[in-house]
Amino acid sequence: MAEQFLSQEEVKARIESLRGVLPAKLVNELLNRLSSLRVSGRQLERVMKAVVAEYYKSVVDPGEAIGIVTAQSVGEPSTQMILRTFHYAGLREFSMALGLPRLIEIIDARRKPQVPRMTIYLKPEYAHNEEKAHEVAKRIQTITIENVAKSIDIDYFNSTIVVTLDEDALNYRGLTINDVKKALDRIKGKTGKVTVEGNTISVTVEVQEISALKRIRDKILQTKVAGIRGIKKALVVKESDEYVIYTEGTNLEAVLLLDEVDPTRTISHDIHEVAEVLGIEAARSMIIRELKEVLDAQGLDVDVRHLMMVADVMTWDGKVRQIGRHGVAGQKVSPLARAAFEVTVKNLIEAAYKGESERFRGVVESIISGRYVPIGTGYVELMLEHP
Amino acid sequence: MSYSNQTGGEDNIPLKVIKEITFSVLSPDVIRKMSVMEVTTSETYDEAGNPVKGGLMDRRLGVDEPEARCETCGNDWRRCPGHFGRIELTRPVIHPEFVKPIYDILRATCPNCGRLKLTDEEYKRYSERIKRLRRHWRVLADRLITRVKKRAAARSTCPHCGAPQPKIKLDKPFKFYIESEGGKLTRLDPIRVREWLEKIPDDDLELLGWNPSLARPEWAVLTVLPVPPPQVRPSIQLPSGQTSADDLTHALTTILRYNEKLRNAIESGSPTTSILDLWDSLQANVATYIDNELPGGIQARHRSKRPLKGIAQRLKGKEGRFRGSLSGKRVEFSARTVISPDPNLSINEVGVPMDIARELTVVEPVTEWNIDLMRQLIINGPETWPGANRVITPDGKKIELKVRRDRSELAQQIQPGWKVERHLMDGDYVLFNRQPSLHKMSMMCHVVKVLPGRTFRLHLAVCPPYNADFDGDEMNLHVPQTPEARAEAKMLMLVQNFIITPRYGGPIIGARQDYISGGYLLARKGNVLTKDAVSYLMGAVRDDVQLDEPAIMHPIELWTGKQVISALLPRDFNFTQATAFRSTCKDPYRCDTDEYIVVVNGYLATGVLDKKSIGAEQVDSLLHVLVKRYGNEFGRRWIDSMFRLILRFMDMRGFTMALDSLNLPEEAMRRLDEIKDMYIKEAYELLDRYYKGALEAEPGKTVEETLEDKLAETLSKIREEASKIVDDYMSKESEVYIMAKSGARGSLLNAAQMTAALGQQTIRGERFRRGFTDRTLSHFPPGDKGPEARGFVKGNFRDGLSPIEYFFHAAGGRDGLVETAVRTSQSGYAQRRLINAMQDIYIAYDGTVRDSQDAIIQFKYGEDGIDVSKSDHGKLNVEDIIRRVVTSG
Repeated sequence: MAEQFLSQEEVKARIESLRGVLPAKLVNELLNRLSSLRVSGRQLERVMKAVVAEYYKSVVDPGEAIGIVTAQSVGEPSTQMILRTFHYAGLREFSMALGLPRLIEIIDARRKPQVPRMTIYLKPEYAHNEEKAHEVAKRIQTITIENVAKSIDIDYFNSTIVVTLDEDALNYRGLTINDVKKALDRIKGKTGKVTVEGNTISVTVEVQEISALKRIRDKILQTKVAGIRGIKKALVVKESDEYVIYTEGTNLEAVLLLDEVDPTRTISHDIHEVAEVLGIEAARSMIIRELKEVLDAQGLDVDVRHLMMVADVMTWDGKVRQIGRHGVAGQKVSPLARAAFEVTVKNLIEAAYKGESERFRGVVESIISGRYVPIGTGYVELMLEHP
Repeated sequence: MSYSNQTGGEDNIPLKVIKEITFSVLSPDVIRKMSVMEVTTSETYDEAGNPVKGGLMDRRLGVDEPEARCETCGNDWRRCPGHFGRIELTRPVIHPEFVKPIYDILRATCPNCGRLKLTDEEYKRYSERIKRLRRHWRVLADRLITRVKKRAAARSTCPHCGAPQPKIKLDKPFKFYIESEGGKLTRLDPIRVREWLEKIPDDDLELLGWNPSLARPEWAVLTVLPVPPPQVRPSIQLPSGQTSADDLTHALTTILRYNEKLRNAIESGSPTTSILDLWDSLQANVATYIDNELPGGIQARHRSKRPLKGIAQRLKGKEGRFRGSLSGKRVEFSARTVISPDPNLSINEVGVPMDIARELTVVEPVTEWNIDLMRQLIINGPETWPGANRVITPDGKKIELKVRRDRSELAQQIQPGWKVERHLMDGDYVLFNRQPSLHKMSMMCHVVKVLPGRTFRLHLAVCPPYNADFDGDEMNLHVPQTPEARAEAKMLMLVQNFIITPRYGGPIIGARQDYISGGYLLARKGNVLTKDAVSYLMGAVRDDVQLDEPAIMHPIELWTGKQVISALLPRDFNFTQATAFRSTCKDPYRCDTDEYIVVVNGYLATGVLDKKSIGAEQVDSLLHVLVKRYGNEFGRRWIDSMFRLILRFMDMRGFTMALDSLNLPEEAMRRLDEIKDMYIKEAYELLDRYYKGALEAEPGKTVEETLEDKLAETLSKIREEASKIVDDYMSKESEVYIMAKSGARGSLLNAAQMTAALGQQTIRGERFRRGFTDRTLSHFPPGDKGPEARGFVKGNFRDGLSPIEYFFHAAGGRDGLVETAVRTSQSGYAQRRLINAMQDIYIAYDGTVRDSQDAIIQFKYGEDGIDVSKSDHGKLNVEDIIRRVVTSG
């Protein structure tokens, strides 16, 4: 054999020289695949040349109207989506909006999603412990007095609200009557005396009107005794071989602070919350993940690059902006572009008193004024002289 | 940017490109200066039908009828641009669209000194910050301005003159009041509003977001109203001979009438209340003229009760000026008709009816090389295809051939330099479109093939990108008119360039239905073809291909279907892929049941063609790899030839699904009945437990929900099990089975629905619930929750449904249709917003992704710069490259 196989190190070194020429992902893939193969110098050279050539053949063309391609690639499959609520392994507890409504929710960057959810992963040492998972789930779930009360009565005569607690419920949740008392003391800052008598707690207040008393009773019922604010329900589900907690209602900040929780994997499905707690880059990743989840659930194939693009458009200026009138489309510089989208008159009036000017740098503006669009073949500023 | 037609359009009026538009508010001075006359009377025409001097149709404003001449510029109606007039309002009124901004200003400024209610220190801080933010962060500047407004409005004494600040109330739509301390309201009439606004210094306005050099707030209180020329509000001639004025003219007439009444009332010294009433009426009429959909319920109406169209209504909404006339324009050189299939066309082609080809034209310059053809076309004229409709002389004059008798004489006259508007001919490039245009594959470039008949013809493989079928769909065709447009259409939009979609980097064009079952039948084992048959099949191939020696030589020469397919594969092509029939085999190279496609050096060794290998929207399929490796041009030719060949084979063999296709052996029928009985019994047992209260609720659900879920689970098992039985017992030669297995149409589940039980019908994803009180139909006892009473269909299509089952099936079907309709509008709007948010984003020359303001959205597109439509399912196929390089030595 005339040709010598290269040593592993040599192969590695030669491929490393492509860093900067090819994206890191491709270089790594080359490294992976070629490290297990025995190649000669000539072969390696040809492989590298072929990959670089193929890469440059696949690079996007300058001027490509990639925004429109993205919008279409996300929008077109949405027509094929089925409005179907999805159930977690037959559990109705978490029937959540999926498909088109959820997609619209994401691109709208709704402040409050229809069903705010979290997926909580536990640290490896607890992840396989079902009991521990249930323990955590119990702990984070908001428990109000309503959940642990057997009955609640109003003694109009003495202006007293009498809560009879359910001991079983208390024990099940690992609480004592004292916890309940403390909770009541904490919020009843204004007036009222709390007295404990066996299983019953009475709250005496100074108001007399029936309606006021009823209002106070409702407030007492809603008083949080334990758990994390905002988390309405928590459910332990076995996912592959570990126990995961799904919640309805979110409070990412508080949950991340729990000892048992794996903060690197735990997520809230509320984009704004993620942006506030973890920052805008995290929000970008969340948008991509959520979009992908929605599309995958419907069996629709959309390249991640498009989802990245949507996420970047929504987050590039540091704030989560919705796709639409109150976000990206409404914040355009061009008054005509804004007027052509929605709320035409208001935008024109605003442009008038602010003294805005239209410079025709975007697509709609150009179409409106009968120009070539400054994108695609219109991006090129060279042209043969017309006869 | 260069515009080829810059020097002159029709009538030699120079065409110019707008560089910039500055928006501003017209000041009374400007309105007066730009007006050519004051409109003083509400009369429009006198008895003789001539426009009244000083009226709304005064000839000085411009003319819109052909005979008259404009008294201002002297041009006729084609060239007179129209000239504005004005109405001097007796008393000022507030511009309705500016009520909100004025209200904001009034609250933020002092009625006494007119200053913005900020301390000097605050003022300095805010004005600096606003100036800084304005440059790049419009949105932040806006947000700061809102904060300034809030701050200033909250002050109860003026920091400049110390005057106490009254509360300003806005009584919608346009009445302002000052609320004094005792809660007494005093009216702030437009005159006083105007005086107040006049006092505000320019610098303070800037902090409120106004640009005082272009828009002073007092200008938003109108003292003089501009009157648009008649070109903007043309009268129309009714068929009865009457003229009917435009809505704007109507509104202006009313304004003039009230203006006059108000003036008379003031001059004659009428009581203040009646003057105020008239003033308010004037205000209301000016408001409805500008916007007739203001909240508050006042709406001017036409005599026929129809609400008048205000200026705002002309601009607003889908049919308004912006979305209806400016963003979307009507075009010439287009055609629309019903579509129908033609498998003998290329996927690049479109069949155009002769009638349409005669109407649509292409401008062809006469040259030395085409002069003979052009002469013949002129002689043929507009009636005979291929002909021509017009001839353009070198000095740009158009000669209509429709009215020329001496066409052969004209034909002799033409020479290079002339142009001919000839009919659409074979080989022309046109754009073809089907609505809704959801992605760029909804408008592609096709090559014209003029055909007899009255429909557009297209190849079946291009149906998926257009999402077209032939149940009456119509499509549009556009003829590009310039060489640049034609070149762009051909290079960028030709169908073959879209075989791979940019959505996921896989083929979107491909086989469906008969092509798939045909591919399977052709390729499967035991399919041998005689020399005659093979010759006929190969006749479908338009490329120069070589067929192998026959697989069987004696007693007669016979070729296998795989040999025929192999003839179309490139010699250096190697490929393996699992087919839809894969079941037990693990190793493609040791499988003798056709479960894997194995192509060795262009020879199809095993495997059948099916949905997974030649179907549309299948990634990493045979079709995908062929197109990817050998290019779009090859891909197109392969699809053209292969698909036509498959159809020829199907023609030869025949393929009809009939009642026989649904026959099952006796034993299968028995088992199906058993299964049905078993699970329905199980369902009733569940119900029994539910009624006895023995059914326990699952966590997080009510008992009823648990029951519903369990019933659904139980009943759906019938269909599942039935599918399995159908798979086991149905003849493998049954058309239904072939279609389901190869992926051509339907599934085994559908087969089970036809032969076993249709299954549960649903409304909004649930079992039937509504109808009569406590029951779905009067055939059931109230409260019946049994399967039959809630839309479970035991019957099947082969044996027929009972009337009740039929009803449930129909209702479920209707529910599905309604849902689809609802969804379409929702997703349409979502897409419009997506497009609107992202349409300006492009790839710059440096590889970054930018928007129209050159702001960088991504530094490298998709983090690696790869175009999805040029990728292999979103990736660069490194493995394939290595294999190809290493195996080639």
